[in-house]
Amino acid sequence: MELLRFTTAGSVDDGKSTLIGRLLYDSKSIFEDQMAAVKQSSERKGLQHIDLSLLTDGLRSEREQGITIDVAYRYFATPKRKFIIADTPGHIQYTRNMVTGASTANVALVLIDARKGVVEQTCRHSFIASLLKIPHIIVCINKMDLVDYSEEVFNKVVEQYNDFAGKIDVTDIRYIPVSALDGDNVVNDSVNMSWYKGTSLLHTLESIHIGSDENHVDARFPVQTVIRPHAAEYHDYRGYAGRIAGGIFKPGDKITVLPSGLTSAIKSIDTFSGPVEEAFAPMSVSITLEDDIDVSRGDMIVKDDSEPQVSQDIDVMLCWMGTKGPRPGAKYHLKNTTREVMAIIKEVYYKLDINTMEKLENAGDIKMNEMARVRLRTTQPVVFDEYRKNRVTGSLILVDETSNETVAAGTIL
Amino acid sequence: MHKYYLTHLQELESEAIYVIREVMAQFDRPAILFSGGKDSIVVTHLARKAFWPAKIPMPLIHIDTGHNFPETMEFRDKLVDNLGVQLIVGSVQESINKGRAVEESGINASRNELQIVSLLDTIEHHKIDAAIGGARRDEEKARSKERFFSHRDEFGQWDPKNQRPELWNIFNGRKRMGEHFRVFPISNWTEMDIWNYILQENIAIPSLYFAHNREAVYRDGTWLPASAFLMLRDGETIENKLMRFRTLGDITITGGIESDADTLEKIVAEVSATRSTERGNRSDDKRSDTSMEDRKKQGYF
Repeated sequence: MELLRFTTAGSVDDGKSTLIGRLLYDSKSIFEDQMAAVKQSSERKGLQHIDLSLLTDGLRSEREQGITIDVAYRYFATPKRKFIIADTPGHIQYTRNMVTGASTANVALVLIDARKGVVEQTCRHSFIASLLKIPHIIVCINKMDLVDYSEEVFNKVVEQYNDFAGKIDVTDIRYIPVSALDGDNVVNDSVNMSWYKGTSLLHTLESIHIGSDENHVDARFPVQTVIRPHAAEYHDYRGYAGRIAGGIFKPGDKITVLPSGLTSAIKSIDTFSGPVEEAFAPMSVSITLEDDIDVSRGDMIVKDDSEPQVSQDIDVMLCWMGTKGPRPGAKYHLKNTTREVMAIIKEVYYKLDINTMEKLENAGDIKMNEMARVRLRTTQPVVFDEYRKNRVTGSLILVDETSNETVAAGTIL
Repeated sequence: MHKYYLTHLQELESEAIYVIREVMAQFDRPAILFSGGKDSIVVTHLARKAFWPAKIPMPLIHIDTGHNFPETMEFRDKLVDNLGVQLIVGSVQESINKGRAVEESGINASRNELQIVSLLDTIEHHKIDAAIGGARRDEEKARSKERFFSHRDEFGQWDPKNQRPELWNIFNGRKRMGEHFRVFPISNWTEMDIWNYILQENIAIPSLYFAHNREAVYRDGTWLPASAFLMLRDGETIENKLMRFRTLGDITITGGIESDADTLEKIVAEVSATRSTERGNRSDDKRSDTSMEDRKKQGYF
């Protein structure tokens, strides 16, 4: 069974909660006591129907205000796959939350109300999905029951979205006409839309090919920590512990440690269950080397056939998440893989309007929930790839030096 | 199938090992919160894998309510012995004796909430800067918004509306003096994943999880085990039942279910067919809609 992570965003009225509720309910992932609690709460609030959004909105202030504040993670499984949903709110701090939800997703679920067609929020969500390099987008054209299950309406919305999608960088887009309320094409095929020849949403989620989403070409191993057992039988053991971020490693491979440039070869790749003949992303392993060289946390072990970039100047698309914008000349802790260095924002090239996708030059200070292309200058070299080549080695966060808050997330260009 | 592919359990395991190693690398005095329940047993197993062939380089912390299942205590001591790790015990009885906590009274009295005081005191006393726990996001709605690295202020409190954003697999463990982190490596696991993993790895768990005969009383839809701490209400009678526990906590609040599942295979089959959540048998969660959130804000597990 494989793991698939998908993200979704939407506003209160586009049926996102109903769709998720439907997926969970029809795949039998909602338990009777959860359902009873939601039913009771719905009745207490005087609602006619069972409000499935109560399943996802868990915090006291969310229940009070009837809105989703934060990314909520939901889980369900079918015999084919386990799914993790990052359910992000459509309104409140949408950029910050959507970017967070999108950062680990294989698939983005975009919801469009069939009556309204493509709206600002559709574009915003899709654009963020493309910036965060989510490989697959599934566009659910919802509320088909309210447009008489019309193929014509469906085709019109598809055409609209296609026009827009030409401007963003996404290759795999699928369209599904659904009615979340009645369940058409969510889990079961619709009897009302025989003109639709594709598969239901759940079937699409189960069968979408995600095996090639990982980069299995460029071998990258960021070192987390060094394992040195203080036991007689492992007297000289030095294992470099980490999670493979790309490519395939095998014993005997010639490697380079960056940024130092020291070279050696892999002696063994160890796990608790025994040594392995090869290791690939995203496995957690320990690597031992033939030579006794200086390797520690923050270093990256790479294979000689493809080296990442090593630089103190990095061009990045930043999403600002701090409540206050960057202070002039402020220093930040930059975290990229397991490496941490200090950084300053040396230059702001432009801000990006995520609603119009326009580049805004000289647009003033960066504020919360804004995106900007910047150049960072670091105290020490950073070892990285372009984000479009590798989402692990190509991503970073900035941490405020005084508040310790995570104030920005960046994808390396 | 693609050759370079992990099953969902392998991927969840790799993610958890990565998180546990990040804790070791980013903090000075980490510890594992060990309750004796299946989730903390799985976390301990993962920690063993993360640092192998070295021993787990951090202590286990057990918050002892004094109202334990004897089986849990035996299991704990044996495990600690096998792993060769340090055990730190925080005692609720001691907190009560010192006047730091006040015993609840009444028919449903429990020491569940009093654990918060002992837990925070233990964390402070041992200067623990990261406490690894076995909480999962699928368990409870307040937990669905929890981070892997969850920041706690100097009072040990959680501020759910003001959490640090957490992106990719980059974890920000920076903090001020006196603050600490709770870390949840198995955030993305479900109850089903836990059981399938225990079966796959053949991990030892307390006998309480398997069907056994026990004296119990039926209250609020669950079988509460008879013990010296259980007060009977009018009309309640103690019966002998073939039962097992789906979760383990303090003996006063952990209800069991009628079951004949006496092997891991049977438990997996039973859990996959069940239609109610595991915490449905926990009276601590039934106190209100947001009782978990309220306890978590104060510093609960």
